[in-house]
Amino acid sequence: MAFDKMELKDIEVWDGNFAAAQALRQCQIDVVAAYPITPSTPIVEGYAKFLADNYIEGEFVMVESEHAAMSGCIGAAAAGGRVATATSSQGFALMVETLYQASGMRLPIVLNVVNRALAAPLNVNGDHSDMYLGRDSGWIQFDAFSPQGAYDLNFIAFRVCEDHGIRLPCMVHQDGFMTSHTAQGVETLSDDVAYNFVGDYKPMNDMLDFEHPVTHGVQTEEDWHFEHKARQHNDLMTKVFPKIEEVFADFEKLTGRKYNLVEEYDMKDADVAVVCMGTSVETAREVATEMRAKGIKAGVVGIRVIRPFPFMQIAQALKDIKAVATLDRSAPGGTVGMLFNEIAGSMYNLEKRPMLCGKIYGLGGRDLTKAHLVELYTELQANVDAGKITTPLQQFIGVRGPKLSFL
Amino acid sequence: MLEIRWHSRAGQGAATGAKGLADVISTTGKHVQAFAFYGSAKRGAAMTAYNRVDDAVIMNHEKYMEPDFVFVIDPALVYTSDVTINHKDNTKYIITTHLSKEDLIKAQPKLEGKEIYTVDCITIANETIGRPIPNTPMLGAFMKVSEMYDIEFFKESMKRILGKLPQKIVDANMIAIQRAYDEVK
Repeated sequence: MAFDKMELKDIEVWDGNFAAAQALRQCQIDVVAAYPITPSTPIVEGYAKFLADNYIEGEFVMVESEHAAMSGCIGAAAAGGRVATATSSQGFALMVETLYQASGMRLPIVLNVVNRALAAPLNVNGDHSDMYLGRDSGWIQFDAFSPQGAYDLNFIAFRVCEDHGIRLPCMVHQDGFMTSHTAQGVETLSDDVAYNFVGDYKPMNDMLDFEHPVTHGVQTEEDWHFEHKARQHNDLMTKVFPKIEEVFADFEKLTGRKYNLVEEYDMKDADVAVVCMGTSVETAREVATEMRAKGIKAGVVGIRVIRPFPFMQIAQALKDIKAVATLDRSAPGGTVGMLFNEIAGSMYNLEKRPMLCGKIYGLGGRDLTKAHLVELYTELQANVDAGKITTPLQQFIGVRGPKLSFL
Repeated sequence: MLEIRWHSRAGQGAATGAKGLADVISTTGKHVQAFAFYGSAKRGAAMTAYNRVDDAVIMNHEKYMEPDFVFVIDPALVYTSDVTINHKDNTKYIITTHLSKEDLIKAQPKLEGKEIYTVDCITIANETIGRPIPNTPMLGAFMKVSEMYDIEFFKESMKRILGKLPQKIVDANMIAIQRAYDEVK
């Protein structure tokens, strides 16, 4: 190969951004078109530096906006390249139109989304508003809980989305600052092992294959639009989970690190559980263990794959739980949180349904402390003891001023 | 779990120092975490950085911390920030100052009764590195106070971490670390 390899220690102390940048280097991305935005900037900056230092054979395309960044990625992917980029917040919002183009054109692009609040008021810190904005866009969405996850899930994402049976773009989410700028030990793969896991990119319907001319980005009206969308949705719903599980299994064989669609922690005999995403999952696990020492049988459900949503797997995880709280890190804009809605739907047909309440927390990076989680588990146990929900259905955690609650 | 909070000004290298310390500790088999509060910080603005160290994988991602050690790497921050916030009875403080411990406590009575160590990281950095970047000297002082590692092992580790800097700067940092190790009281 014409590029240099990098020697890595078995464990490197990396933040989530650098872990993702290293994964992009090891996957040998052909094209990154990017318009950097806090807190995701170091991912594309890292790729550009690796490229300039001859660790990658590829191309970095500087563009004039995030809309152009994703448009450039779409063009490069349609041409037949392995393509990735990164964004956050407003940048993600500006990409939204093109996200639907990428999924509708069945282009396996990997987008690292470093989750950040959406203005106004302007805020650079981590919440899940941008992640939620993308959830109907037809992309596969993975969620990392730590820098290790941000590293590993990039390899997994390429393996899943580039499969010719899938050909759907994929987001890898990590929490702005709490993961992206937090350095922790990351178990690395050597360059060869990492690249071999992902494999050479085999494009399909690529425009640079002049022997087989194709058209991308066509117009279909009521004659064909529905069939395209239905088939795309069918593939998301039926093909993606088996593929992800296959890749998770291969990754476990390679590294010993096991990922699941739904990450259950101490759920087997739990009475009370919280469902959450991002770094909160790990903090909640620590608190759940501490609650068990106090006699409260606590568990945690972390959502690893947000789209497609693991509807049946969540129902399975929660079927014997007595009281559940969903933790949404995004302002729900006039309804319940996304997780409350999805979890309520997934549990509705269970024989005995857990009591369910929803919490909004952590907006704009507001800290979710262990003390908050202790209080939450204690409240869930009080619901169990009372045999009914003793609080309003929707409450806020960690907001100052008068206590807010609804429903 | 060992927890450290750094008080610094943006640009003085607390986030880099926290990451460097985490890197050194990680090579000895322990689990580490290093992070900082940024916001839309400008150079010179007061900021904090954090380290966690444990034998098990660190799952706690809360920003709240009751630190075992507080590092103050800018001398004015003992007056303008509350460096004792969320303290424990046995929290140890390593404070950059040109004052004696007694004069420092007189100037900031909140420090009365606390376990305090002083070292003039700014002067050390100015005289060795040639710039007021007090992060590496603070780590030298920390090695002395905590007895975490042998100072020679620590300096060797820091040489690797600073490896991409010019040799002159690396050498100056080694002197700075050793001086702070020797001078902390």
